[in-house]
Amino acid sequence: MEPWLDVIAVLLILANLRLLGTSRLSVCIQTVAAQALLLGAVPLLMHADELSARLIAIAAVYTVIKAIVLPWLLRRAARELGGTREVEPFIGLTLSLLVGMGLFGVSLFLAGPLKRAGQGHSGLLIPVALFTIMVGLLVIISRKKAITQVVGYLVMENGIYVFGVAFAVQEPLLVEMGVLLDVLAAVFVMGLTIYHISREFDHIDTDRLSTLKD
Amino acid sequence: MATAVSILHVVLALVLAPLLLGVINRVKAKFAGRRGQPLLQAYYDIAKLLRKGAVYSRTTTWVFRLGPIVSLAAVVASLLLLPLGAVVAVVAFPGDLLLWVYLLGLMRFVTVLAALDTGSAFEGMGASREVQFSLLAEPALLLGLVALAAWSGGLSLSQLTGTHSTGWLTGTAGAITLLVSASWLAVLLTENARIPVDDPNTHLELTMIHEVMVLDHGGVDLGLIQYAAAVKLWVFAALLAGVLLPVRTAWPLVNLAGGVAGVLAVAMGVGVIESTMARLRLLRVPQMLVAAAVLAALAVVLVLR
Repeated sequence: MEPWLDVIAVLLILANLRLLGTSRLSVCIQTVAAQALLLGAVPLLMHADELSARLIAIAAVYTVIKAIVLPWLLRRAARELGGTREVEPFIGLTLSLLVGMGLFGVSLFLAGPLKRAGQGHSGLLIPVALFTIMVGLLVIISRKKAITQVVGYLVMENGIYVFGVAFAVQEPLLVEMGVLLDVLAAVFVMGLTIYHISREFDHIDTDRLSTLKD
Repeated sequence: MATAVSILHVVLALVLAPLLLGVINRVKAKFAGRRGQPLLQAYYDIAKLLRKGAVYSRTTTWVFRLGPIVSLAAVVASLLLLPLGAVVAVVAFPGDLLLWVYLLGLMRFVTVLAALDTGSAFEGMGASREVQFSLLAEPALLLGLVALAAWSGGLSLSQLTGTHSTGWLTGTAGAITLLVSASWLAVLLTENARIPVDDPNTHLELTMIHEVMVLDHGGVDLGLIQYAAAVKLWVFAALLAGVLLPVRTAWPLVNLAGGVAGVLAVAMGVGVIESTMARLRLLRVPQMLVAAAVLAALAVVLVLR
């Protein structure tokens, strides 16, 4: 099963790049869902020879929440808010891709010292985890709409999940479940907030929001 | 034996290259529910053009006449350097991959010169676009070559594809293969003026790239250009098929047959892409090419890590 981890790591990188390169909101949401689906498979592949019911259950819950429920909520929010279906980046999409490539280099560099700590799995998982976290941050700071910031937050959470899985056997998955619960709550709150911002100001452009004066 | 098979590959490529256009057109016709033109239509076209005389504008110079001849010569020379999977190239030496890339560059250069030589604003525009896009496609091609060279530890194209055994889709080898192939597919479509970048069928729109550069050529020259374009398509398809196909047997003839089947499969894939995709907006093409270069760069990073 080990070789497949490499393939999944590469697919995760590709999903990140797609997130940076696309101009459509729906593709962003779809990509986050696909990424979560891939992530659900990671712990199963890592412990393919010692599968326990608990592991499968945790992976299944994770996949259902992150690949089905959250994207569904986001899609609904995007639909009800209306407006344009483009992501409206501060920096161009091509430049985003190039910055993303640079971030991957940085995360490979940062992952060097961490490699010894996480053993017995593909050497790519830790750089990919760092890369995913950074891409999430990049999406949060480089896109105008509030809903893309939620997407960035989810991507960051995906990265944290990979990080946890790469280092841990089973216990940190429990911690992860706690984080996941937080994210679920946060997305609900953000969904409500976006809705109210939109109702109050007729747009969800955080750039314009920050220039408000009292 | 191995050399004979290598020479056989060059002969087959020279004979079968226009067939690839027929295959692409047949796939597109099937998708559209038409019967389509004959498979050998490209041969008929080229044969007809070669029987005709040529008319030259008084404003053109020898540069214009040189274009088609040099571009055909360059592409045939690049074919001599090209392996097909495990079938080694006729000429192979360390560093031939750079020569190979620059032979294709020379082909583009003389075509652009010939287009500029006509003095037509329309052809100048096409030349400008062609150069702009290939400027972005070249890093993707070269980075892919660098990735495979670092992986296989050889600087010759034949070593690149010959020893690069794809453990199919698993492991780092599979990841590198997939990334480089995806990147090279974009390069193939760009360099051969296929649909997401350019439409080979239009002669009317202001958005065309390759076809506009050869508008003033006629007769024998146009025939040579069309033939050279077909060989160029074969060259790129053979590179892609050679990397993707896992046919690495001890029998050279089987390798050759597998490689040729792979090239035809690539042509069919191009036909499917042309049938299912619309052409990208001209402004979006650079973005696709940058993405292709990023994929190839990712492959390099994976190898060097």
